[in-house]
Amino acid sequence: MSTPDAETELRRLLLAGLDGDEAAYRRFLQQLAGHLRAYLGRRLFGWPDDVEDLVQECLLVMHNKRHTYQPDQPLTAWVHAIARYKLIDLLRARGARDALHDPLDDDSPLAAASQQDAHDAQRDLMGLLQSLPDKQRRPIECVKIEGLSVVETARLTGLSESAVKVGIHRGLKALAARFGAARRLESHA
Amino acid sequence: MKTDDLIALLATRAGAERRPATGAALVRAVCVGLLGSLAIVLVGYGLNHRFPQVLGMPMFWMKLGMPALVALCAGVVASRLARPGVSAGRAGWGIALALVVVWGVAAGQWLTAPPPERAELLWGQTWRSCAFSITLIALPVLVAALGALREMAPTRLRLAGAAAGALAGGAGAAVYALHCPELGAPFVAVWYVLGMALPVALGAWLGPRVLRW
Repeated sequence: MSTPDAETELRRLLLAGLDGDEAAYRRFLQQLAGHLRAYLGRRLFGWPDDVEDLVQECLLVMHNKRHTYQPDQPLTAWVHAIARYKLIDLLRARGARDALHDPLDDDSPLAAASQQDAHDAQRDLMGLLQSLPDKQRRPIECVKIEGLSVVETARLTGLSESAVKVGIHRGLKALAARFGAARRLESHA
Repeated sequence: MKTDDLIALLATRAGAERRPATGAALVRAVCVGLLGSLAIVLVGYGLNHRFPQVLGMPMFWMKLGMPALVALCAGVVASRLARPGVSAGRAGWGIALALVVVWGVAAGQWLTAPPPERAELLWGQTWRSCAFSITLIALPVLVAALGALREMAPTRLRLAGAAAGALAGGAGAAVYALHCPELGAPFVAVWYVLGMALPVALGAWLGPRVLRW
């Protein structure tokens, strides 16, 4: 895949996804994961085990912050800024300031996806999900895992429809926060 | 958990995502914060006792306009920094321009004034409280602006916090001008600028602490 095409294709999929095309959004996330794996893998070669955890954390926060992407901006810049932000956070927690001298801020276009397969992440996202309060965990389980509609979930859980939507939104935000907190805890252990 | 499972979770019923215009949330938040600032000035300080004659004085408009320009430019910078991968842009130069103009006017007034009157132009009657009053009046706007930035995704936290501080400081100083009895440009050049600098420092300190995500 040549790189300018990667930017064009990813951007098209994201914009379609933001307009409500779920299949396009799923493909966007899949391709994005490949790019992130390559981008972070190159910069975290000292800690290969951390790569997939960070890929997942980036996917989660990019999903939560997707409203901050504006179509007038190169998607590469948006993706790399967030990946770099999370990478520096990780390296800081590791006290590995030397690694910050690596060319973190090269703004080359989205690189081709990594050849390596996705490893399982070490962190147990399902475990983190279980730690959320019921009014966030239940809507996520029903809508995002079982694929029920908001209306069905509201009937099933006794929550209002807006409470279901708010629960998903807040739950995913809380999940991202716990991701970061868990990482900082591990690195201090 | 496999990454593909996470992707499935995120994509399932993700729905359409509203994309508000850049800065819309910040503008809304700042308007709410401004109401708080206005309330502090009107209730706690009172309008300038020479209202409305003061509306005819150029100095009043400089005290209002210079900080307002600072707030406007800082708001543009803050809304840009709230988006990952977007540079601070050139609006920061507007802040520099506002400072250069007020310092230029102040220097002119200082140099043309007879020496015995210079102290009054610089110190006025309220120099002790001015900067702290502006900081206090800026606080509602600072809280509101930081709250709006938290909903976005700033990646340069100290800079974004400082921009929110400059936005709040400019807004606070402009609102304080409704009360402020001083008429010397040197007074504004020193004490208003100091009053705006304090929220900037506060914002830069708060940024990495409250904007982290």
